[in-house]
Amino acid sequence: MAYLELNNVYKTYGQGSSATEVLSDINLSIEEGEFVAIVGFTGSGKTTLVNLINGLLQPTSGEVLFKGEPVKGTSHDRGVIFQNYSLLPWLTVGQNVYMAVKEAFPKEKKSELMKRVKEFVGMVSLSPAINKRPKELSGGMRQRVAVARALAMNPEMIIMDEPLGALDALTRGNLQDEILNIWSKDKRTALLITNDVDEGIYMADRIIPLRPGPRATLGPEFKIDIDRPRDKTELNDNVNYKKTRNAIIEYLMDIGNERKAEVQTQYELPEISPKSFVA
Amino acid sequence: MKQSIVLTKVNDLVGSFSSGSVAGKVKLGSFKFDVKSIFRKFVIPLLSILLFIGLWQLGSKALFNMEADYKIEKALADQGAEAAEAMKACIASGDISCQPNTLPSPSQVWQSLQTLIADHKVISADKDAFAEKTAALNAKREAEGKAPITYTGRPSFVDQIFTSLKTVFAGFLLALIIAVPIGIIIGLSPVLRSSFNWLIQIFKPVSPVVWLLLVFMIVKTMTKDSNSDSAFIISFISVGLCAMWATLVNTAMGVATVDKDYINVAKVLKLKPLQKVFKVILPSSLPLIFTGLRITLSVAWMVLIAIELLAQSPGLGSFVWEEFQNGAIDSNSKIIVAMFVIGIIGFLLDRLMLTIQNMVSFNKSEAI
Repeated sequence: MAYLELNNVYKTYGQGSSATEVLSDINLSIEEGEFVAIVGFTGSGKTTLVNLINGLLQPTSGEVLFKGEPVKGTSHDRGVIFQNYSLLPWLTVGQNVYMAVKEAFPKEKKSELMKRVKEFVGMVSLSPAINKRPKELSGGMRQRVAVARALAMNPEMIIMDEPLGALDALTRGNLQDEILNIWSKDKRTALLITNDVDEGIYMADRIIPLRPGPRATLGPEFKIDIDRPRDKTELNDNVNYKKTRNAIIEYLMDIGNERKAEVQTQYELPEISPKSFVA
Repeated sequence: MKQSIVLTKVNDLVGSFSSGSVAGKVKLGSFKFDVKSIFRKFVIPLLSILLFIGLWQLGSKALFNMEADYKIEKALADQGAEAAEAMKACIASGDISCQPNTLPSPSQVWQSLQTLIADHKVISADKDAFAEKTAALNAKREAEGKAPITYTGRPSFVDQIFTSLKTVFAGFLLALIIAVPIGIIIGLSPVLRSSFNWLIQIFKPVSPVVWLLLVFMIVKTMTKDSNSDSAFIISFISVGLCAMWATLVNTAMGVATVDKDYINVAKVLKLKPLQKVFKVILPSSLPLIFTGLRITLSVAWMVLIAIELLAQSPGLGSFVWEEFQNGAIDSNSKIIVAMFVIGIIGFLLDRLMLTIQNMVSFNKSEAI
């Protein structure tokens, strides 16, 4: 039995004639300790898929199973790193993390909790900024706080919804390494949603493309057979890397072209010629 | 502008010889900036104030002349040329008995302000004397368990300001106590929101006068056999009821429109309902709640004058009304003094709220 399983999951928003089917026939299984990336175009329903898995949304039909149990709501076992950081702006970095830690370990003493907060803020190297508010931090630092907050709750699985989407390329690279570092320490199960194929290949064991919505569904999976720890510069010369990358991009491009072909329609232009009002 | 460029250039030249002049250049630069901001922040407002007073002076002069001409013409028509001449001479002499009654000039208003301050000094001296005189008697009465004798003379203008402030704060607190909790509850539940919406929409535009009458009907009956100050109770309750709607609507809206991301965080952290309200929803709607409170306070202050005027409860409103009824030669200028005092206090109250808002909420509001 897989660690996380999605069986014939459908998700529809709205009802009756205005209903839009966002996700259609999603089947996915993730083993314990695996790092899976789902790659898709923007607007293909990636966030909906994440919210189904973390329990913020319920599927219209089908089932989402976590360790064999159906997902009924959110759980501290599944930590979420949101796309737009979602830090509470009126709390400092430390308070943001503390709030999560306090919920995850309600029985611990305050001093223990504070120790944990300091440990995780230190882990994402933000100790000097622990008393700052999110507003005073850069985008990369904010996302690191979000990472610290999710990990400090000690979840069994980390769900990342385009965590690095809003960051510049350099910060992105650094944070990818940081997340991988943390992941490799205790090999938690991880699910990464991204629109960047390279990011997926660099970080994940498996890549599954999400065909664009409406009625988005998962495409065939691509295994990444590259030894860890991976090196970004060496990766460029890796034959395996090139092959997988090309295959994925080709697949995604094909979907894109298919979509374009569907959309292409001929528009009848009315016969209009300029008319002179003078003569 | 051109001059300053030349100056900096000269400084550059000197600067290449000695490092000491660098400081001089920086100083010059910052000084120039200060002149600009001083000009913008003080000189321009000052000019506009002077312009305002000038226009006021001209306007009051024109109105004075119109009123005077009318008086002379009336005397001519009713009593003949001799009476008209006498009226003209009387007006020119500045005699109180025949002064045209119209918009007072700035200098008259300034004089009235001084009269009011002098009056306040006289009355407070009177009060002190009274307190001294009755001190021994009051101590005796207290020992006997009787109520002390209090000063019941006419209140001064300054006393009335403080009475008004007391009423407005009582009304504001009432609005706060009623509107914020109800706003939160309504904001949290769409069902309650739609079921209370008609009530808010209907009562929000009701005029202060009607609120006053409504409160009067209720309070009059309820305070029948107590000798409490029912005028004060009526006016502060009416002020509170008039002014609370802005806070109610803003609080409900703030609570109902909390960023979905924050709600998701609360869900992922599995906060309990009460924790969700106090740790996520309230802090994030605090800016809107405070905007509502600011509107409430300024509405309370604005409405207060009208309500005091009608409820005959002491304060600035009744001061204005009494002066208007009084019709003395300086009544009009006293009313204008009261107008400015009301305006300035209203402005200060708004600034006070803004300062508190910026102290407690996470995003800073600009002063407008």
